[in-house]
Amino acid sequence: MSIPLLNASGCLDALTAPDVARSLDAFVTKTITPLPREGNPPPRIAETAHGMLNSIGLQGPGIEAFLSDHLPVLAALGIPIWVSVGGFSAGDFASVCERLDEHEEVATIELNLSCPNVEEAPETSAQIVAAARAATTKTIYAKLSPASWDIAEGARAVAAAGAEGLSLVNTIRGLALDPRTLRPRLPRAVGGYSGPALKPIALACVHACSQAVDLPIVGMGGVATGADALDLVAVGADSVALGTIFFSDPGAPVRIRAELEAGAAALGFAQPEDAKGVASEIPDLQEFLTA
Amino acid sequence: MTVPGLLPVHAGLRPPTVNFSLERARRQSLRVVAVNAVGLYSLVRLERGAVEPGVPGQFFMLAAPGSVLPRPMSLCLAPPGELAFLIDPIGPGTRALCALEPGDAIHVLGPLGNGFDLGVEQPLLVGGGIGIAPLPYLSEQLGQPRAVLGFRSAAHAEAAALVPNAQVVIEPTLVTALVPHEPVDVLACGPEPMLEAVRRLAPRAQLAWEAPMACGYGACYACVVDIGGHLKRLCVEGPVLRAP
Repeated sequence: MSIPLLNASGCLDALTAPDVARSLDAFVTKTITPLPREGNPPPRIAETAHGMLNSIGLQGPGIEAFLSDHLPVLAALGIPIWVSVGGFSAGDFASVCERLDEHEEVATIELNLSCPNVEEAPETSAQIVAAARAATTKTIYAKLSPASWDIAEGARAVAAAGAEGLSLVNTIRGLALDPRTLRPRLPRAVGGYSGPALKPIALACVHACSQAVDLPIVGMGGVATGADALDLVAVGADSVALGTIFFSDPGAPVRIRAELEAGAAALGFAQPEDAKGVASEIPDLQEFLTA
Repeated sequence: MTVPGLLPVHAGLRPPTVNFSLERARRQSLRVVAVNAVGLYSLVRLERGAVEPGVPGQFFMLAAPGSVLPRPMSLCLAPPGELAFLIDPIGPGTRALCALEPGDAIHVLGPLGNGFDLGVEQPLLVGGGIGIAPLPYLSEQLGQPRAVLGFRSAAHAEAAALVPNAQVVIEPTLVTALVPHEPVDVLACGPEPMLEAVRRLAPRAQLAWEAPMACGYGACYACVVDIGGHLKRLCVEGPVLRAP
């Protein structure tokens, strides 16, 4: 398989667009919490010059309705199902993981440790990962926030606590004002910033974490083209997730997969995965100085 | 922003999942035929290509040059070989759409959402401001029924020329003054206060709602409104909703 393409959690609904989901190599659910959640009041989005803010607030059915109503439909898609798990305490995360553990349709659990739009759990990311690790034997990916001075330190901590992969990165907190009133455009003032502006931040995070830990990485943040995906591979991502691009182009997986293959070939790589980590190779100093 | 009590027009008829096939999910690149001024609005006319016009009240996502997100627009007119959208240039995205030149190409996705239920006996179209956008196509499909339209200025009201058999009022007179008391089948689109007033006057009215929207096909959960007591996605349940 070439570089697998996934969706970023919360950026695609496989129930309303199953064929779009099937065009991915794995589908990641919107974050599932222990109880149903109505989410944040609208308006929930604000576009900015180079991205968008969202404040959805983990709207979702809760774990019980997810298992009874959603998971059977997702299982019929025929691709691996990753379930994004969220909560407001380590116990919340552990209880959802425990319920998922008995369902073989669930391939992987992604812990949403970094939603910018709800209250945070009091525990550290490592403590939450440890609690989830004790509650399930499933593969666990930790989704980290880019808003960290030293994300590599965070990556080492969740790896030590039992995470088997990293999802990098979540949105970063941002704020936009209404120019007529100078008041925030979103009811909770801040939202999660995504889109093209997030890409350099994501590249820096994947670059740092791929050097720090020996875990597979799903790279995401501002991917709109195959060239963007190839950049993430070059800094160390093993697979790539698409987010905001879905809102303007539901055909993005097919297009980006083709662009990724062609872009890698044009640079002399037999396949895209051959470009993995090339950005981190130590440059030949002499070559660098004479270039 | 939230409107308790509204229900999907097609409640019970639609399957629980939307059949958004990969073919329908492919956005199309359509060429601009012309952009015509209609009062203070612009009628953006695109070559139709292989895109279906859909049912009146359905919408399309139009990629605005320079914007990260596309803009949801209901179809205004479907002349042979064309799709035409009435747009009010109020922000960067809509201004970029109105500034398109003949020969430019933009990405278009649609038709999306649930349009008006056309099985009505005594239709009355009610529109306010840029909310008249879906009414010309709706009027054509219903055989040019009576319409009542309200605008905030005479310049804006020039757009009433797009809707046959229309009576027009200008603020401070409100369009609801023209809604008769006898039972009619109201099909309305306009600003929220107008839709609220229409819904009180006309039980069972079909109301084309609007909400900030990123994707148009259920992916983003941005466009939620209170439908039947819960926050639900307008693009999946609507945008045409029925007052109970």
